[in-house]
Amino acid sequence: MIPALVVFAYLGVVLYIGIFAFRKSHHREEAEDYFLANRSLGPYVFLFSLFGTNMTAFAILGSSGHAFNNGIVTFGLMASSSALIIPLSLFLIGTRVWALGKKYGFITPVQMFRDRWECSHIGTVIFVVQAALLIPYIIIGVMGGGTALSAISGGRVPYWFGGALVAMVVMSYVFFGGMRGTAWVNTFQTILFLCFGAIALIVIGIGMGGFQQSAEALLGSPATAPLMTRERISPLYFFSYTFIPLSSIAFPHITIFCLTARKMNQFKKTVVLYPVCMLALWMPCVFLGVMANRATDVPKIQEKIEARRVLATEGPRLTADERDNLRSKTAGDDVLLLLLERYAPLWLAGLLGAGIMAAVMASDSQILALSTMFTEDVFAFYGGRKRFGEAAQVHTGRLFIVLITIFAYAVALRAPQNIFDLAVQYAFSGYSALSPLLVAALFWKRSTKWGALASTVWCAMSVAAVALFQYAVPAPAGPPVAMWSIGGIEVLSRTAGGTAVFGLMPVVPMTIISALLLILVSLLTARPGQATMRRYFRAA
Amino acid sequence: MIIVGVLYVLHQDFWFWRAARPLVFGFLPVGLFYHACYTVATVLVMILLVRIAWPSELEEGMADDDRFVSASQPRPVPLNKEDVEH
Repeated sequence: MIPALVVFAYLGVVLYIGIFAFRKSHHREEAEDYFLANRSLGPYVFLFSLFGTNMTAFAILGSSGHAFNNGIVTFGLMASSSALIIPLSLFLIGTRVWALGKKYGFITPVQMFRDRWECSHIGTVIFVVQAALLIPYIIIGVMGGGTALSAISGGRVPYWFGGALVAMVVMSYVFFGGMRGTAWVNTFQTILFLCFGAIALIVIGIGMGGFQQSAEALLGSPATAPLMTRERISPLYFFSYTFIPLSSIAFPHITIFCLTARKMNQFKKTVVLYPVCMLALWMPCVFLGVMANRATDVPKIQEKIEARRVLATEGPRLTADERDNLRSKTAGDDVLLLLLERYAPLWLAGLLGAGIMAAVMASDSQILALSTMFTEDVFAFYGGRKRFGEAAQVHTGRLFIVLITIFAYAVALRAPQNIFDLAVQYAFSGYSALSPLLVAALFWKRSTKWGALASTVWCAMSVAAVALFQYAVPAPAGPPVAMWSIGGIEVLSRTAGGTAVFGLMPVVPMTIISALLLILVSLLTARPGQATMRRYFRAA
Repeated sequence: MIIVGVLYVLHQDFWFWRAARPLVFGFLPVGLFYHACYTVATVLVMILLVRIAWPSELEEGMADDDRFVSASQPRPVPLNKEDVEH
């Protein structure tokens, strides 16, 4: 119970930070102050908060779980590619979004699209698609809170109570503190979970008697030696994954966050230090996830390894349901918690548990972003602000935060988690496919609202199509099963982990076709007027 | 852009695909060590980009603490449906 008490204390601190931020705002009921912290964040709050916003529960629990089953490839797949692409997109796109936001007062990306492409309802379509892709994230955040708190307390805190408590704390500091509260809490959380990685590595390393022996033992067994290489993942899949970090800048909560910096110079530290933060957090989590395969004295981990062995040796003879059951048993999202439970002293397990909670509670920015988008892109745009005033807009934003949290909690209690895992998986692909919109708006004069609409509709339809395909066709136990081939070339395959198109992840064709549609349809339609072009491009 | 392109290509390190040895420091597989070094290399490239290609022209006409808009002033972008050309 001690770890759970430390986590409760942590939740209290987080709540206090949110309320302190509310006091610092001097109870101003202004949209820019509430939704963007008055564009006033300093360099370190901007860096840590942006990094924390990008790191969901997956960064700690999911990365070690993925590494537990797939090996060291997890780092190259998800961390080092993001370490290049995310800072680069902040450098190229984030700075421009910030400058336009400061110049023209944008608070959401849809406002910028509406202005840049002189459109109205097309902006609403973009809002709907962005919101639909964001909601599963918020739900999975509540689920993650319930699961983590239940695991940290050794099952003493039930899932429903853990989820409710985490949802309530997140809702409260977002409700009161707005962007300022969210950014400060994120900064605190990021510092906490950055420390987590190094401490967990040392404590578990000492507990396991050093890593040299474990590494040699893993290499000595034919079942675990591939985990020390990347042979469990194909090079094409590895290449495909580099498209996923394109989603980061297209996520509305990240685009909106780019508008909160006080000066453009504040992007400099973030661009340079972002890869350092990636290394500090992901390297220990991935390495420990792999090493968990040698935790022979942790029965729950051994059960997972046994389920993996049965799936590999008897998988083709089992029914789809039996395979799904075994797959859920092999899931390694809790291996880090199990290692801490086994090797860390109780008080330290509590502190490290708080670090895990910090990552799990990343849904705050998404809740705030959804509220910001609703109040700016729908409420204000369709006349609410003009009719009821700015204070009413902020109140509407707060009410929306309460409603979306209640909705997320209600769904989290009833729906199975794997549905939302899937939805989140395709949200990344969906946002990657939306990234051409930002590039075109900022860099391509010839882009038009109809091109943007074509790209957005394609994105929504392709996400739905892939989700339906995976729902209708059960995952095979072994190698990918070709569903459609032309001349011996596999066009569409169902893989154990998802879908492949020409051996690539769906995100590649989704993003390329999205960009092509945007280009083609833009070239066939009329561009915005000269006045608009002059505001965006010097030589227009 | 060339440096960034080279860095992107270097991410696809098929040459260490099936290699675990040598174990760097006695426990770190070479493929993982490579990507740790790769991440450090991205830091160096980002430092270079910030120093030589910073888009300072975006701030032209904006003083450090200048604000083109503020919460108390009306925002210059169209906020309402009626203001936007269809």
